[in-house]
Amino acid sequence: MEKTQNNRAWFLVLPVLVIVAFSAVIPLMTVVNYSFNDTFGNNEFFWAGLEWFDEMVHSDRLHAALGRQILFSAIILAIEVPLGIFVALNMPKKGFWSSFVLVVMSLPLLIPFNVVGTIWQIFGRTDIGLLGHTLAALGFDYNYTADVLDAWVTVIVMDVWHWTSLVALLCYAGLQSIPQAYYQAAKIDQASRWAVFRYIELPKMSGVLLIAVLLRFMDSFMIYTEPFVVTGGGPGNATTFLSIDLVKMAVGQFDLGPAAAFSLMYFLVILLVSWVFYTVMTNMDRSASDIPEEL
Amino acid sequence: MAQITLKNLAHSYNPHPASEQDYALKEIDHVWQDGGAYALLGASGSGKTTLLNIISGLLRPSHGRVLFGDRDVTDAPTAERNIAQVFQFPVVYDTMTVRDNLAFPLRNRGMDAGYIKARVDQIAAMIGMEGMLSRKAQGLTADAKQKISLGRGMVREDVNAILFDEPLTVIDPHMKWELRTQLKQLHREFGHTMIYVTHDQTEALTFAQKVVVMHDGRVVQMGTPEELFETPAHTFVGYFIGSPGMNFLDAEVQGNRAVLPGGESVDLGAHYAPASGRVQIGIRPEYARLSADQGLPLTISRVEDAGRHRLLRGAVLGKPLNIVLAEGEAVEGRSRVLFRPEKINVYADDWRVAPEERAA
Repeated sequence: MEKTQNNRAWFLVLPVLVIVAFSAVIPLMTVVNYSFNDTFGNNEFFWAGLEWFDEMVHSDRLHAALGRQILFSAIILAIEVPLGIFVALNMPKKGFWSSFVLVVMSLPLLIPFNVVGTIWQIFGRTDIGLLGHTLAALGFDYNYTADVLDAWVTVIVMDVWHWTSLVALLCYAGLQSIPQAYYQAAKIDQASRWAVFRYIELPKMSGVLLIAVLLRFMDSFMIYTEPFVVTGGGPGNATTFLSIDLVKMAVGQFDLGPAAAFSLMYFLVILLVSWVFYTVMTNMDRSASDIPEEL
Repeated sequence: MAQITLKNLAHSYNPHPASEQDYALKEIDHVWQDGGAYALLGASGSGKTTLLNIISGLLRPSHGRVLFGDRDVTDAPTAERNIAQVFQFPVVYDTMTVRDNLAFPLRNRGMDAGYIKARVDQIAAMIGMEGMLSRKAQGLTADAKQKISLGRGMVREDVNAILFDEPLTVIDPHMKWELRTQLKQLHREFGHTMIYVTHDQTEALTFAQKVVVMHDGRVVQMGTPEELFETPAHTFVGYFIGSPGMNFLDAEVQGNRAVLPGGESVDLGAHYAPASGRVQIGIRPEYARLSADQGLPLTISRVEDAGRHRLLRGAVLGKPLNIVLAEGEAVEGRSRVLFRPEKINVYADDWRVAPEERAA
């Protein structure tokens, strides 16, 4: 049968276009507008061309923030991914304790970001915080508002506390989907615990693990609220990550042009990395689904 | 290699079994002779896999002991038992090449590299995958993967037994036949004890010297294919083996005659002691023939062409009865059925009753 071409069908996507336009495209275009113009308020704009982009690309301040950002994301991924896998491997597989552990593990994920920040801000205080006070009592000179290392450790430990559960839960789901026969075959083949992990669990988990890494990368790369509440980006600029720096620039100093150029580049970096992840993931899926997965 | 003995073995997945119904595997005593080729035949849920997993040590039986030779291995882990097992669905290590998959059980046991290579090549030739050794296992078809699983099961020469858990379920029909032949050949060559679980009677009867039929968690009969066909020990064996299965008619046994509810009687060819419970006579469709004037009245519903022979579907006294027609056997004008007396089996409450003496 001949398929009839009916271009009026395009009208059906109109509602989506309108919603996306208002929620994403138009606000983004405002940012684009700011990034190419200079403004002093009063809705007066002066064409600036690529000046802001040029300034931002060569800005030491941005480079430093980007460096801190990459370091932060790298550290939390290096901790949360192995730790999440380790936790998932050791979670009970069924019964009451499995449900119990699942609930407990989900709790940090349900807490609003600024509450997480507040919790750790208080927790780390040496006067009233349990952590800070204990460390001080043990003789450690711990002060996250004054010491760069202490501030970093606090922010990283907070992120690990907040998000390792996500990695663990995703890996747990991946592990649960492995048919029992694989473990039985490994026993029969006399595979070591490491071999079981390396050749059965890790390959079967790789799909969810990639999603976990992608989510954790994106979230950590855009992190704002929690470190802002705990350290305010300090001491000095020690924990000023990209988002914090961006807000300082846009809202604090009202440098809308540079901030707009900055946010566009920031957006493109995240888009690019996510696209790379997506491509890798779909390629892996394709090679895995050459044959229908049995069981 | 060793003889495998199951002593008063039973298993319940329920930690506090109350009745017999709670047992996935009811008490059995059984010896698997060293070097035998056995088939474990039964419908789904009859306890075949449970029994297999107990032998391989993947499951600890709740009652009884498992012995390999003289050694009690009931509590020994799978690795110590030196057993190979092939599962129903392909289990391959996706990220490894075909070669590494086959070599894996040998490497884990610290075998010499030269020996591993030779052995892997030999097995690869046997399963017909010499050309694919360097390919990743991921992305192969289900049959190729299952062939790898079979190969991995057979790669070790010193195993006590090789257990197959419906290994050919996912394999193409023509390949099934080929692989089964290879397994038999392998059995002849190396003399491993092989236990082959299946619900397919053809597979069981062609593979094994001895077939163990399981029903509802119980071993109902163990015997050669011929014994299962001629003298099924339980009505289930009668139904399950043969195509179509055995015909059963309710009857009352009086000496050497079976009296049917309608008053008609059948010669049993042997004398039987009076049996209690529900008594039935069983006759294979192959041992019934049509007659014009003798035997039981038959209602014929249809004749089917089953390829090699024709199959008559009918009823005697309202009970369905199948007859395999002899070549050229006419149907028209014959509305009675005769049974070969020496081929009739008598069952009381589903279990076969042996005749007191078989008349010549």
